[in-house]
Amino acid sequence: MSLEALLPSAIDGLMLGFVYGLAAMGLTLIFGVMKVINLSHGPVIALGMFAVFLLSSSFGINPYLGVLAAAVIGLLFGTLIYFVAVDRVINAPELTTLLATFSVNLMIIGVGTVLFTTSPRSVDIDLGALRGSGVTILGTHAVAVVIAVLAAAALYGFLFRTRVGKQVRAVANNRAAAELMGIDSRRMLALAFGIGTALAMTSGALLSTLFAFTILSGGTYELKSFVIVVLGGLGNPTGALVGGLVIGLLEGVLTVFIPVAWVPVFEYLIFLVMLQLRPAGLLGSRA
Amino acid sequence: MRGIRLAAAALAVAGLVAAACGGTTPTPASSVSGSSAPATQTKTFTIGFTQSQTGNQNVTSKRQTEGIQLWVEDVTKAGGIKLKDGTVLMPQVKFYDDESKTDRVQALYTRLINDDKVDFLLSPYSSGLVKAAAVITEQNARLMVTAGGADDVTMEQGFKGVYQVYAPGSKYLIGAIDLMLKLDPTIKKVAIVNEKDSFSASVVAAANPYAKSKGLDVVVAEGYDTGTTDFNPFINKIQAAGPDAIIGGGHFEDGTTFAKQLFDKRVNARFVALLVAPAEPTFKDIGDAAQFIVGPSQWEPAAKYSAETAKAANVPYFGPTPKEFTDRYVAKYGSQPSYQSSGGYAAGLVLQKALEDAGSTDPQKLQAALDKIDVMLFYGRVKFSLDAKTHGKQIAHDMVYMQWQKGSDGKLATQLVWPQDAATAQAQLRK
Repeated sequence: MSLEALLPSAIDGLMLGFVYGLAAMGLTLIFGVMKVINLSHGPVIALGMFAVFLLSSSFGINPYLGVLAAAVIGLLFGTLIYFVAVDRVINAPELTTLLATFSVNLMIIGVGTVLFTTSPRSVDIDLGALRGSGVTILGTHAVAVVIAVLAAAALYGFLFRTRVGKQVRAVANNRAAAELMGIDSRRMLALAFGIGTALAMTSGALLSTLFAFTILSGGTYELKSFVIVVLGGLGNPTGALVGGLVIGLLEGVLTVFIPVAWVPVFEYLIFLVMLQLRPAGLLGSRA
Repeated sequence: MRGIRLAAAALAVAGLVAAACGGTTPTPASSVSGSSAPATQTKTFTIGFTQSQTGNQNVTSKRQTEGIQLWVEDVTKAGGIKLKDGTVLMPQVKFYDDESKTDRVQALYTRLINDDKVDFLLSPYSSGLVKAAAVITEQNARLMVTAGGADDVTMEQGFKGVYQVYAPGSKYLIGAIDLMLKLDPTIKKVAIVNEKDSFSASVVAAANPYAKSKGLDVVVAEGYDTGTTDFNPFINKIQAAGPDAIIGGGHFEDGTTFAKQLFDKRVNARFVALLVAPAEPTFKDIGDAAQFIVGPSQWEPAAKYSAETAKAANVPYFGPTPKEFTDRYVAKYGSQPSYQSSGGYAAGLVLQKALEDAGSTDPQKLQAALDKIDVMLFYGRVKFSLDAKTHGKQIAHDMVYMQWQKGSDGKLATQLVWPQDAATAQAQLRK
């Protein structure tokens, strides 16, 4: 295969990697703060897609304002999920919380299938493209990268520069000690779940501006998020962003050399190898 | 006079009682006159199938159902299907949403057969779903006319009661390659990118060796999973390989997305032919990306099948003309019919012809009539293989090829571009 495809494929992959990374940050934040493996992550990504779709098709709202709305809806919806499904079992074994979030997954998919059906939808948006030297960068992809980077920066600003963010990190590091310092850990856990969900919905919202989707589309990105989280380090948001870029780049580059259908096999091979040889991930697991 | 009214009223009451008991309504017309002609008996004839109201196949599957429903409406308006023994069959349909899923198809065809006890079965749309339905109809020894499934493999299982209206998948891109080389003999490099489903695979399995036999260099040959929405990895490969032509695709959603992304990335191939998607009228919603795209089609409104073409082929003509079908479809649904619409209507016509030829709803007589069918419809010629291994496979119907072109008014419209003798416009290469 000609190496002419290498540069455009690498660029496409990297750009998509930012959005993957954003989705994985949501998953890893929730795990890092409360040790909950959130199996409602995929459907929540799909809900982000539908939030933009419905706002733009029904109310004529600009899809990028829809992305912002999806983030806000995600924050509220995530908090709701926390209190409905997670709060009561937060101190139970990890399998219990995993099953609780899986039930949320099934409910969202069930209701979503009834409401939206499984027919593919797409958001009608065209921002043109930058072209040169065999590389085409679509405007929608470029804007998605910018928004993903801004969202990641906002998360860091929140976690490291604000008082509430520091309280979230304190709860993640040692919940008992944080409570002794007067921090309302329940509130912080709900907030963290809300932020994680907001990140997932934001990534879904951005993906809706790039590709067609159905209510089941989140499943693919949920699986990718797990690979990325393990690659970057469980509970480590920086690792998730880096992992997203690595997976995106790998996806892009590998397709030049092997049939596209084989790419997921390599991704899950990485997943397995990382779990066996370096379970802490590339950057180490931490909150 | 009063006596006649009473007799008619008595007959009507008897008819209602009979309908309540056995679902049949004797019509008193001939008995009142006292003639010796067979008494007319009107029966409902329920046709079951599934439609993909949701899922990947929903757009094209809806078209197929519209075709079936239009046929039912036309037959009903014409007074039903009249059998030789005087029975009049009034068709009605019963269908469910299969969600474009094979497991739903199998559950629903079982339900149609065992619970709803439908009289006859038509197929879902798309080869994968047809194959799933065929397994159930064969297990239950029921007959089914496949309104929308072209996969060769399905029809090479030795099925006994499945009859294919579509020209098989192996024919889909052969004509496109002929058209391409006629249009520009300098084309040498071709990329083949197709959905990895049974239908598209059978299309490519025939097209790939055919392209090579014509001296073409297949520079990319890859499949993509059903439901793929990001074609950029394929497009980057295609661009690097620099093909003169791209052929392949799969179904409506993926084909439409692929065409749009090819356009967004300004891929320079001069000739692009994709399966299924271009033949659907709403393909033009992708705007300029639709221009120049060629699509194989089972039928187009500009088709010229007629009593004369039937005579030339030495077969009978049956049903409406292409124009009558198109006009009625447009009047009912407000849009041009696609080939999936024609497939639905044609499946109904095939069933109607078989019922009339058999003169009975008896499955064995109906099967014998289906086996013997060789007829010209508005849709083209229909005849089934009688070979044990390929029984029911379509052997007479031919594909046509359409292309999205811009008219002098700048608007996109489809033109029939192949075969040459039926073409409404010369095919165009992308500049």
